[in-house]
Amino acid sequence: MLQIQGCEGDFVKKKDLLSIRKLKTYFFTYEGVVKALENVDLDIYPGETFGLIGETGCGKSITALSVMRLIQEPPGKIIDGQILFKGEDLLKKSEEEMQKIRGNEISMIFQEPMTALNPVYTVGDQIVEVLLLHKKFLGLSIRDIPKYNLLKRRKIKKKIYQEAFKEAIEALRLVQISDPEKVAKQYPHELSGGMRQRAMIAMMLACDPSLLIADEPTTALDVTVQAQILELMKELQKRKNTAIWLITHNLGIVAEMCDRVGVMYAGYIVEMGVTEKIFDNPDHPYTRGLMGAIPKITEEKEQLEIIPGTVPNLIYPPPGCRFHPRCKYAIDKCKQSPPPLVEVEKDHFVACHRYEEVKHSVVVKRERKA
Amino acid sequence: MTQDTILKIDNLKKYFPIKKGLFSLSKDYVKAVDNVDVFIKHGETFGLVGESGCGKTTLGRVAIQLIPATAGTIYFMGENLTELNKSDLRKLRPHMQMVFQDPSSSLNPRMTVKQIVGEPLIINEKLKGEALNKKVIELLYTVGLNEQHLYRYPHEFSGGQKQRIGVARALALNPDFIVLDEPTSALDVSVQAQILNLLKNLQKKLGLTYLFITHDLSVIHYISNRVAIMYAGRIVEVSKTKELFEKQYHPYTKALLSAIPIPDPKIKKKFKPLKGEVPSLVNPPSGCRFHPRCTKKMPICSKIEPELKEIEDQRFVACHLYK
Repeated sequence: MLQIQGCEGDFVKKKDLLSIRKLKTYFFTYEGVVKALENVDLDIYPGETFGLIGETGCGKSITALSVMRLIQEPPGKIIDGQILFKGEDLLKKSEEEMQKIRGNEISMIFQEPMTALNPVYTVGDQIVEVLLLHKKFLGLSIRDIPKYNLLKRRKIKKKIYQEAFKEAIEALRLVQISDPEKVAKQYPHELSGGMRQRAMIAMMLACDPSLLIADEPTTALDVTVQAQILELMKELQKRKNTAIWLITHNLGIVAEMCDRVGVMYAGYIVEMGVTEKIFDNPDHPYTRGLMGAIPKITEEKEQLEIIPGTVPNLIYPPPGCRFHPRCKYAIDKCKQSPPPLVEVEKDHFVACHRYEEVKHSVVVKRERKA
Repeated sequence: MTQDTILKIDNLKKYFPIKKGLFSLSKDYVKAVDNVDVFIKHGETFGLVGESGCGKTTLGRVAIQLIPATAGTIYFMGENLTELNKSDLRKLRPHMQMVFQDPSSSLNPRMTVKQIVGEPLIINEKLKGEALNKKVIELLYTVGLNEQHLYRYPHEFSGGQKQRIGVARALALNPDFIVLDEPTSALDVSVQAQILNLLKNLQKKLGLTYLFITHDLSVIHYISNRVAIMYAGRIVEVSKTKELFEKQYHPYTKALLSAIPIPDPKIKKKFKPLKGEVPSLVNPPSGCRFHPRCTKKMPICSKIEPELKEIEDQRFVACHLYK
């Protein structure tokens, strides 16, 4: 990957934090096998913000859930592939080992904060739960408390809890909740949507994870509150150097937040690269269609460009490249074999058989406009 | 009221009572729409933007009298809708239609497409048999569907197709005015583009007037001619679309525009998110409803409610900063 010169003059190799290779997740339903993910390849670097975009049902959330090993089995199953996190394959880990990683190394924010928080525990208690599971207080983890001497055990437990509660309040203060002592003792239904999402973020960042997966974190919020939450995430990322994996269908958020973007279509990553490249000069026909289809404040358009047809049914996906029925560049080869994700330039990956021709056609179109 | 105005709303109020206590004695009100004045011209697309819960959907529904107004007047093509009785109002209904936000819940799952689109024709134009069939097929073709779809049920369609059926139903009686309540917010971007293009083409072909309600400013920029910004039940700014994006007057408009993410990585705007959240409409703040969140607050703001004034040609702002 990237070569970065260190302070002492030696070369430090920038390693991938998370790399997914050939991930395949299927769902076995009564109607048939839903081929939700088919050969997903993806890299996330430490400290960056990576955006994963795509239309509803293309497999964005399933990719994230696969990484967390939270796919419900049955009906779902991770068939094949590798998920390397800090060099270790998560798919080979036992459930117990995964529990140590979830919330500690990788944490996830869900779309709807009300359903992700437990309604019968206070916000503070829920943060304490995460902290107790993963951190040591007074030099003790909650698991190491000696089993003998019940009264002493209770005393230690109480002390540890109090310490953890203090830290939970600090975590709430960090996400700019104005009265953290009060909020920590409140139940989720007493908070507004924005406050709940803040509490979620506080909980997720409490253990300083190196990767934060945010699955549509602001979809349920108002735009002005959304702006607050995004700003907060950016700030915390700077402070804690957490990598953020942002999953959304809102291209505006991606353009504002992300360093790199992956575009997903029907279970495949079709294009991946630096944000500016993907937005200004996309090379995959689907990405180009998607960018043409969004109305932009910066341009006057008489008509929006349209991708004909609809997203395919993943029980009976089209053979070969799954985009070919909607693609104007499709040739026979596209119908036969799915194109691999190839690095066409430095840090720019495209999965298209006709990449060269498509790229060329962009240039022609540009010249005509000029 | 001038000739080119199709809809003129003055001092419109819509309060929803909240019942409390035994025998519902004490009552509070959700002031969803409070003293709103707007006018919409023939053939234009009038955008209505605001955050969720600011009353934009209520305003859209009251404007065509789907729900009665609490106070105020609504002139639609020369008739005062608030004073009309039910039967007169019914005669006007074919001229104003609505397309709803969620296409799956606004179509009856037990009716076929032919029944859904044909219902207004049977009721209002007494069409039957072959004539009805012909008209429904014609409508389906206008929205990009065809006769194969006649006898299918809503669940057999994708979101975009369902919204097309919703549009076909609204077009059935050749209306003059259509209220579009977030018609694309439940759809994906590629499908949204299809629907937006369809709406724009239909407007050109049939000379329709739209009231387009949305929270997406990029969509407003693409489709509308004039825009009103709504905050907590009041309209704070009205302007031509192009000018609104060039210069904003009301502090809320400025904040809203800077809060909305723009799908263009080259634009790095100065991010200054608003503090606080949208106020409750039961006890809205005194004076200007935006003052608790406003950066340019003055002493007068918490006392007197600013009125919507024309400060430039076609530019209305409700703020004490501009006089």
